[in-house]
Amino acid sequence: MNLDIELASLILSAFLFAVGTAGVLVRRNAIIVFMCVELMLNAVNLSLIVFSRSLGLEAQVLVFFVMAVAAAEAAVGLAIIIAIFRHYEGVDVDRFNLLRW
Amino acid sequence: MILDFSSSLHIVWALLPEIVVAVTGLVVLMLDVFQRGSRSAPSAPWVGPLAITGLVGAVLANAWLLTLEVPAQNAQIAVDGFRIAMNFIVLGVAIFGLLYSFDWLNREGQFTGEFIFLVLMAVVGMMLLGGTRDLIVLFVAIELMSISVYVLTGYDRRSRRSAEAALKYFLMGAFASGFLLYGIALIFGSVGSTNLSLVTSEIALGTASNNPMLFAGVALLLVGFAFKVSAVPFHMWTPDAYEGAPTPVTGFMAAGVKAAGFAAIVRFITIELAPAAEFWEGIIWWLAMLTMIVPNLAALAQDDVKRMLAYSSIAHAGYLLVGVAADSPLGRSATLFYLAVYAAMTLGSFAIVYLVAGKGDVRSKLSDFRGLGWRRPLLGAAFVVFLLSLAGFPPTGGFIGKLYLLSAAVESGESVLAITLVLTSLISYYYYLRVIWKMYFEEAPESLPTPERPGLAFGFAASIGALALLVAGLFPGHGLRTASRAGEDLVPRAAVVAPGAAPSARPSGQDPAASRASSNVSEPER
Repeated sequence: MNLDIELASLILSAFLFAVGTAGVLVRRNAIIVFMCVELMLNAVNLSLIVFSRSLGLEAQVLVFFVMAVAAAEAAVGLAIIIAIFRHYEGVDVDRFNLLRW
Repeated sequence: MILDFSSSLHIVWALLPEIVVAVTGLVVLMLDVFQRGSRSAPSAPWVGPLAITGLVGAVLANAWLLTLEVPAQNAQIAVDGFRIAMNFIVLGVAIFGLLYSFDWLNREGQFTGEFIFLVLMAVVGMMLLGGTRDLIVLFVAIELMSISVYVLTGYDRRSRRSAEAALKYFLMGAFASGFLLYGIALIFGSVGSTNLSLVTSEIALGTASNNPMLFAGVALLLVGFAFKVSAVPFHMWTPDAYEGAPTPVTGFMAAGVKAAGFAAIVRFITIELAPAAEFWEGIIWWLAMLTMIVPNLAALAQDDVKRMLAYSSIAHAGYLLVGVAADSPLGRSATLFYLAVYAAMTLGSFAIVYLVAGKGDVRSKLSDFRGLGWRRPLLGAAFVVFLLSLAGFPPTGGFIGKLYLLSAAVESGESVLAITLVLTSLISYYYYLRVIWKMYFEEAPESLPTPERPGLAFGFAASIGALALLVAGLFPGHGLRTASRAGEDLVPRAAVVAPGAAPSARPSGQDPAASRASSNVSEPER
């Protein structure tokens, strides 16, 4: 039973990661793309927590680092999106065509 | 002095160069805040020299590391010739990058302490990336570097292009970090430790062979690294980010981030994951192949010199990957030597591009370089050296570097890669020489303004850079010997530990089994 929960959680984590990846590739709104990236990071966190059940606390330490780094990344990312909004009056990645995409 | 990692003070000694840079960065930021208050004026001019002094201090601390003896390499940071050489390269990139950027910052009226702080923080990340042996530190280091560079890319807030480049770089970079992190998690899941010496021995034990989770982890880790060093097919963001970023930042990104990424690839993939070689050999081979061919063809069509140089920097990642694919001490030495040469020539050429482009970075088209060689002879001469070196002409460092990579590839039997390297270099002659042709053989129209005279720091950096490339081309002996010593002196693979020990029970970095297993003597591989 134990193992089944772990396996199921790993599959859920892989699925969430895939949803995040697909979202980054498909969605055109910069904020939603960014949210999908965060979803990917948190999917990995779920995997790490599952691994830490049998493999030791190192994984949980890494989860804390990931959360801190994700917070820093969010601060920078949202600042960049605000800067973009000032120039373009929008956050749709299709509109940014000054540089060839 | 003998380093013993059971004492935490000795870990501080092992990290001294990084600590010096980080403290300098914080001091710069604090002094700048107190001196400027809430005014949005440029910073005091002494901020620049202060940062350079700190970086020179870190160079000295790094040289001091050479004198240390490390009987047991069991810390999360390696103290070996490779790390020290990478630190020298990264610190050199930082010092020269700052010297080059002062003119741009003053011209655009954006000389602030934040810029220098961000550069220094990125440098700390790069240095850790070249030296760490732990997957957690790897992740933190790569993010420290990347987040600083995202901000630097969008540093020019008045420019649309800069903001757009920052967004693209940020989204793609964060996306890549997700892959990298998933790779780390899967490697941890299949091996049970983030400490690489344990990871290596676990894989060597055979407990992890034919493990699909490990394979996926290594592949995802490689994808993350490939994004960072902009290897084809993970290079889509590179031309846009490099073109839109403020030009001195582009030089710093192209030289520093790439150097650090390659340091991580060499240490993590070819050394620590060597027992899993069957997983990554093919991937690296194809990455090298595509990264040489695609950007060289794309660069032919560019009429913007900055964008052309961006493609050229992708192509150079391909040449460097040949050294990695060779997977031998010679290949690693060649990669190191080429990274040093590449850093000098890339920083220099991007710096000259911003000088020609003028205020607001507007004139970077090929036609804007007409007559440069006659109007500013010294600048023109330096640019010729940088371009010829990028193309790989004798007698420049770029030629020797490519020769070294070629010999490494041939020695390892990678003749297809070696032939591709030669052919793609021949293609690249066209777009490099086209710039030189414009500079000397076409008249500049009256309407084209002469580029302003560079400042003292710029002149110093450009002349040292160009001279170093010529010296590396004419008298390469010393540089080659240094590179070959450093390329062979990596913390060796830990010998197989006793299979009885449960991996999860060991605290990382303090493991007696690993300390006995790994010694400072590199095993002869050739």
